[in-house]
Amino acid sequence: MSSGTLYDKVWELHRVAELPGGSTQLFVGLHLIHEVTSPQAFTALKEKGLKVRCPERTIATVDHIVPTASQDRPFSDPLAEEMLCTLEKNCATYGITLYGIGSGKQGIVHVIAPELGLTQPGMTVACGDSHTSTHGAFGAIAFGIGTSQVRDVLASQSLAMKKLKVRRIWVGGELKPGVYAKDLILHIIQKLGVKGGVGYAYEFAGPTIEALSMEERMTLCNMAIEGGARCGYVNPDSKTFDYLKGLPNSPKDKAWERGVAWWETLCSNKTAIFDDEVNFDANEIAPTVTWGITPGQGVGINDNLPTLESLDSRERDIAKEAYRYMELQPGMPIEGLEVNVCFIGSCTNGRLSDLQAAAKIAKGKHVAKGIKAFVVPGSEQVAKAAKQEGLDILFQKAGFEWREPGCSMCLAMNPDRLEGNQISASSSNRNFKGRQGSSSGRTLLMSPAMVAAAAIEGKVTDVRKMLAQQSKDSKK
Amino acid sequence: MRKETIPFPKGEIKAVFGHCLVLRGDDIDTDRIIPARFLKCVSFDKLGSNVFADDRKEMRGKHPFDHDLNRQASILVVNENFGCGSSREHAPQALMRWGIRALIGESFAEIFYGNCLALGIPCATASKEKISKLQTHITENPRNTFELNLMSQELFNKNHKCSIEIQAGTLEMLTTGRWDATSQLIARNDCLKEIASKLPYLNNFKGHQ
Ligand code: SF4
Repeated sequence: MSSGTLYDKVWELHRVAELPGGSTQLFVGLHLIHEVTSPQAFTALKEKGLKVRCPERTIATVDHIVPTASQDRPFSDPLAEEMLCTLEKNCATYGITLYGIGSGKQGIVHVIAPELGLTQPGMTVACGDSHTSTHGAFGAIAFGIGTSQVRDVLASQSLAMKKLKVRRIWVGGELKPGVYAKDLILHIIQKLGVKGGVGYAYEFAGPTIEALSMEERMTLCNMAIEGGARCGYVNPDSKTFDYLKGLPNSPKDKAWERGVAWWETLCSNKTAIFDDEVNFDANEIAPTVTWGITPGQGVGINDNLPTLESLDSRERDIAKEAYRYMELQPGMPIEGLEVNVCFIGSCTNGRLSDLQAAAKIAKGKHVAKGIKAFVVPGSEQVAKAAKQEGLDILFQKAGFEWREPGCSMCLAMNPDRLEGNQISASSSNRNFKGRQGSSSGRTLLMSPAMVAAAAIEGKVTDVRKMLAQQSKDSKK
Repeated sequence: MRKETIPFPKGEIKAVFGHCLVLRGDDIDTDRIIPARFLKCVSFDKLGSNVFADDRKEMRGKHPFDHDLNRQASILVVNENFGCGSSREHAPQALMRWGIRALIGESFAEIFYGNCLALGIPCATASKEKISKLQTHITENPRNTFELNLMSQELFNKNHKCSIEIQAGTLEMLTTGRWDATSQLIARNDCLKEIASKLPYLNNFKGHQ
């Protein structure tokens, strides 16, 4: 059993009681809600005659269903409009802060909570969305929950949970130019498998992780869930504190100093015991692209797709199914595969640094003929900052559409979707069958820079070649 | 649709009676159980009729959920890693609203399992061989009804008996009626207050230098 890890410390601090059935009642420090998984929870609350216990620790936004082309109300989709109206009504009834469209603070729930300083080290964070693991980047213990649990947290500011084991994923070496946090996590999931993390919290540690920016750490933790781990986290350090300093919900003045002093005590001890440890070498990682129907089916850009014989027998059936669905052949190279749609955005890669990395590739170039490419900032704040740098103009000049913030084509709950068997190069996090809105649509997951490169070339391309060319040109 | 509806789970759950329905296949994910477009709703009420919507459409009336004999089924017999994929509670809700009150399978995805428990729906497990035998038996005798007894950990009728397993914690919660987490969680008001009063970030980090 693990001991002395950040996970153990935060768990202890929030442990309310032991419940029959072996679960623990855990206090929830921050509860984030959105329009998709909260309405039924509010209904259940009403039916039971209960109140929201801590409205001040509950924060709402709208992200999944918002259209990104025009956000004028009422939305043209009456179901989407009804969902937002319901959220607005519930938040008003129970006194919950809602960052709605045009508030300047709306956006994908996992983008806005960090940028508003709501997510802080040592907190427990829960949200009715599996990518809540994102918030672990701050040294918070953050996990996705189902709708009954949303109801429980609304009613009691706590939930019933079983303690996870802790696996330390130690990464040494350097991510080379053109290789990003997205490639790192796709690589990790490919190696450990999509079920490898079931029952675990992932602690990401080591020099490579320490060198990552906060936004990169968010990308990493965001996809811990795709590797089966309910939560992933990074120990807080000076980068965490620098990021948080001065944000609207960060502590101020003397409280800030006390806060930092406490946060520093939370890190896993040098003598901490982990249930499992795995090491990776960042030097070996190439830009990584998925070819199949699970985020674990990825390959380095210079590799060929695996032959069935080369795969573990347990992975063969799903690989066969993936090849059939994706209309791809074992052994073929991934580089050069033609794409139709290029999507930059989502809670994995819709932050400013993601747009900057993609813009660097798109600058002065143009999207290939016949390709639909679009950029969806993760939040209104990201959009504003990007516009201040002129990224909206840069992308539009290069033939990308510039959209309003939302989940967009990460999933099929708004007008952005694939049609027929189109292939997308996507900076999002899930490549499940039908995920992007067409029951035969195909998704290739990759970093935002790789998506930009694919848009320019019209096919899957090694972004490192483009970067190398750029640096040659600049030396001329 | 079903002719009559049985009430949703309530209180102590010690047994589930009814017809069994066989759905074969490993890794059946929540997107298949209820496709994402049906998540666009503010209540779970209409989910029942859309369970497995895409699979059923594809199979044009040949899907197990469309067989006449299965319409009264309340026990679903599946294979490995059932309910994987997204955390959507819409999946067990859709099954429950269709009429399913218990599942038996080789294994279940973690979040799906927890979501079912929160609704009072037991997910019991049995070995591959037992499941396979059971599925064959049910397919050959579709009119037979069964009792799933949680206390004796058995699924049986006059002609067939199959031992099943339910995790000890889950079993205790279901059979004592304490699977409804909400009432238990709100019961500990004082403990909740005490924890909150000690959390540094809720108390201006007092006492930390
Ligand atoms: S961007 Fe995608 S993964 Fe993230 S919250 Fe929205 S739908 Fe979920």
